[in-house]
Amino acid sequence: MVKTLKANGLSRLFGPNVAVNDISFDLSKGEVLGFLGPNGAGKSTTMRMLTGNLAPSKGTVEICGINIVEEPKKAKENIGYLPEMRPLYKEFKVNEFLKIAAKLHNVPSSKVNESINVAMEKCGLTHMSNRLIENLSNGYQQRVGIAQAIIHNPEIVILDEPTVGLDPIQIREIRKLIKEIGKEHSVILSTHILPEVEIVCDRVQIIDKGNLVFHGSIEDLKQQRRGNKLLVGLKKVPTLKKLQSLFDIVKIEKSEDALHVIQFKTNDIDVEKFITTSIKEKWGLYQISPHITSLEDTFVQLTNT
Amino acid sequence: MIINIALKEIKSFFVTPMGWIILALITAAFGWNYFIGVNNYFEVMSGAIRPAERVGVTIYVGQTVYGSASFLMLFAVPLLSMRLISEERRQQTLPFLFSAPISIVEIVLGKFFGLFIFLSIMVLYILIMLSTLNIWADIDFGYLVSNTFGLFLLVGSFAAIGIYFSSLTSQPIIAALLSFIFAVTLFILERYFASQPNHWFSYISLMKHFQTFSRGVISSKDIIFFILFISTFLVLTIRRLDADRLRG
Repeated sequence: MVKTLKANGLSRLFGPNVAVNDISFDLSKGEVLGFLGPNGAGKSTTMRMLTGNLAPSKGTVEICGINIVEEPKKAKENIGYLPEMRPLYKEFKVNEFLKIAAKLHNVPSSKVNESINVAMEKCGLTHMSNRLIENLSNGYQQRVGIAQAIIHNPEIVILDEPTVGLDPIQIREIRKLIKEIGKEHSVILSTHILPEVEIVCDRVQIIDKGNLVFHGSIEDLKQQRRGNKLLVGLKKVPTLKKLQSLFDIVKIEKSEDALHVIQFKTNDIDVEKFITTSIKEKWGLYQISPHITSLEDTFVQLTNT
Repeated sequence: MIINIALKEIKSFFVTPMGWIILALITAAFGWNYFIGVNNYFEVMSGAIRPAERVGVTIYVGQTVYGSASFLMLFAVPLLSMRLISEERRQQTLPFLFSAPISIVEIVLGKFFGLFIFLSIMVLYILIMLSTLNIWADIDFGYLVSNTFGLFLLVGSFAAIGIYFSSLTSQPIIAALLSFIFAVTLFILERYFASQPNHWFSYISLMKHFQTFSRGVISSKDIIFFILFISTFLVLTIRRLDADRLRG
């Protein structure tokens, strides 16, 4: 896999406050990386450093092998960035603004119109091209923000909380758009909405108080969530002793909706065996599923340690 | 790249009412001064009995118009320059420029030249207006050229002051007030030190250096002064913006 971005030991101090502490990671081509973290965890600060908006106190950022502090111009050509507060010149029309964005990002003048059209089409803005940005709804303004970030077809697209403040339909569309962008570009996306990460991202990083606390694929995160519990609906509930004589079970407890959560000792639960046993013993099994700790729980677990 | 930023700024002046209103007001004021100057010329000259009191039409009308121009620009430039950076701060659009492949030097120069080109419209407008005198009189074009040149440098200095104060704050009004006060102080400093023409306060007065041009003299000393003055404030602006990146 071609690495498009490498961050090495990135730190940032604001006076005595450590905003980001020694974060290292990389990003491959065609990958969507989710940045998770509670408010004030250092997500935006990290993104500002990645895009050259803020000088790191320590550490380096390499964009396609180019150090952003040493050769900022060359490195920035490969980045498209949408900050949390979308930077739109609201007095311009959509196409005028995108034209400015294209020119500032060194799109050759013969290709400016083409790239504007492509970006508008990708973001579903074509019918809005002659409207003043000021008069667009929140969701459309956000799309203009994304269009601005992808207009020069960069290797890396960095989006800081792209779905904040949008309605559910808009959120869906924006997520779809991000997934689409992720096919051709590398995307870094920050958010504190957990399901969003699961839907959109291939890989997740959780930052808390400036430190990287989790780094892995979505599958890893799911694994962490799934754990060793089964959620079962039984008409006749056996005693703990009876269960423990049959399986390696730690405990059984009532959950809401009259279901029971059974916690096993290990993660590899033999579900089939549980089902056949429950039929044999006539427990009246009517529902069974893995008990998924909510992402919130996982998140709280990770950020509290 | 500088040109792209400059074009953006010029466009921005013309899509908001501010640019048009200032252009309209300034144009009207210049026109009025020109009209008064031409109107009064014969009256005043016919009253001037001794030959020493008589001046050419170019100088008479030129003094009226250029004298008011330097004063009017003192008000116009801060109003135009105030939004250049402070508005970007307020709307949080600076990351758009910072994450594009352009250096801070280019951003500042682009913004400066954007404003300067816009102001040039007015400076050239005065030149064309005064040149129309040539239809019925033989005018002294050298005098006009030197005044135009001086006015270019003067509005350039005002623009540099304006852009610097605009980079300090996120409130355009504060930027306008600060740059106005600062420019006025520098402009009239000379008046308060009239008794000590060699005091350094008097030397940094913009008016003093502009006066050379308004007499019709293009002096390299004054050109260098203005260029250094403009560069100083542009460098200060660049440093201020760079501090954003370094200090956050």
